Amino acid sequence: MDPLTRHQIAWRAAQDLLDGTYVNLGLGMPLLVANHTPSDREVMFHSENGIVGVGPLAKENEIDTDFVDAGSQMITLRPGAALFDSSQAFAMIRGGHLDVTLLGGFEVSASRDLANWDAKMTHKGQLVGGAMDLVSGAKSVRITMQHTTKDGAARLVETCSYPLTGLGVVDRVYTDLAVVDVTGNGFVVREVLDGLSREELQARSGAKLAFAEDCGVLTAPDLPTG
Amino acid sequence: MIDKRVETIEAALDGIGDGSSILVSGFGGTGIPFALIRALENMTARDLTLILNGIRFVDGVSPRIFGDRRVARVICSAARSRGRDTSNYERQWLDGELEIEMVPQGTFAERIRAGGAGVPAFFTPTAAGTLLGEGKEVREFNGRPCVLETAITADFALIRAARADRWGNVRFRGTQGNFGLAMAMAARTTVIETGSATDAPIEPDSIHILGIYVQRVIELEDASPSNAGGL
Repeated sequence: MDPLTRHQIAWRAAQDLLDGTYVNLGLGMPLLVANHTPSDREVMFHSENGIVGVGPLAKENEIDTDFVDAGSQMITLRPGAALFDSSQAFAMIRGGHLDVTLLGGFEVSASRDLANWDAKMTHKGQLVGGAMDLVSGAKSVRITMQHTTKDGAARLVETCSYPLTGLGVVDRVYTDLAVVDVTGNGFVVREVLDGLSREELQARSGAKLAFAEDCGVLTAPDLPTG
Repeated sequence: MIDKRVETIEAALDGIGDGSSILVSGFGGTGIPFALIRALENMTARDLTLILNGIRFVDGVSPRIFGDRRVARVICSAARSRGRDTSNYERQWLDGELEIEMVPQGTFAERIRAGGAGVPAFFTPTAAGTLLGEGKEVREFNGRPCVLETAITADFALIRAARADRWGNVRFRGTQGNFGLAMAMAARTTVIETGSATDAPIEPDSIHILGIYVQRVIELEDASPSNAGGL
């Protein structure tokens, strides 16, 4: 099949979120994960500006400008939601109370390092936000990203070339081509895109890939593009 | 009798001058004291230090604050403007005229909270081994390297809230709260901008910022631009 779309990558990441867990979604592709979480699971989404229990985006008749998420989107709340201040929101993260953080990435290294905050732009200011806190505090750090850059350069690498967000923190990466665990022994592929060979996947990766004994096939349903 | 309400913006911002450090609350368009920021734009104080999560909204609503080069230093977690262009403040930073201290958002919140709570410094694993941990003391706790981060206090805090009473107690609505409580604790003079400053007390078990942390309350209509969240 074709490489996964952004929505399909998000869908695949959503399948791994368990009922009853507390999860923070980063800006960009991770935010799409909320749309694809299986409806029979109650997942409480955390937002670092002070929400547990973020619900769907507010429809036109629900808009209330006092209710926004960390992406400045106007949102609704789920039953059981709570609101609090930023110190509390990060105490929750740093204190290890968050089950999963899903973030975007530029690069992930075989030693589990993540680079996702500073693209070394020469004409723009920096933006770190809460990413460094999230990767150092959440129990499981999962990354959604394209397997390679637009120019075809690998994003799964031996050593990150961009400034690091955290060292030795990444547990799993979801890409348009594969699901890859990052272990103490480097990259271990769990699923490969339907129709893609292991050699082709290795050729698009910048570090040695191992393949799990039960390595499966990565597929996703047809979903809206975008 | 305690009545922390002031009548004029001049009285609310009295004491802000050259070299002042100012905490500004707000996130994603909520809890931002837009009326006070607009008033700050019309003052002449220079060499300011602004401590706020993101710079963009200040520049968006009051461009002369940076345009007139009145800010010497910013402590924040987000300093990127929207779009591809280089904004005024980014240009000043790139040219070395404006100092920007980039702080992970959780460390930013905790440094301010610590400042208000009388904790001069703390160790945190956040940023250990990264560019933002460079030059900081590192110690290992429970097998993890942690960096020493110092507390932040400031001369003023400017905060928008749904309601305040004459004792300076504050209640937020929705996600207005964000950095407000920590900033109110960390400032020598905390100014609450609110649409409702009442004689009647807020219920004691419904208070988000305790009046002991607040020096001034001013009733002002919300001056949020319609695109507040997108600034």
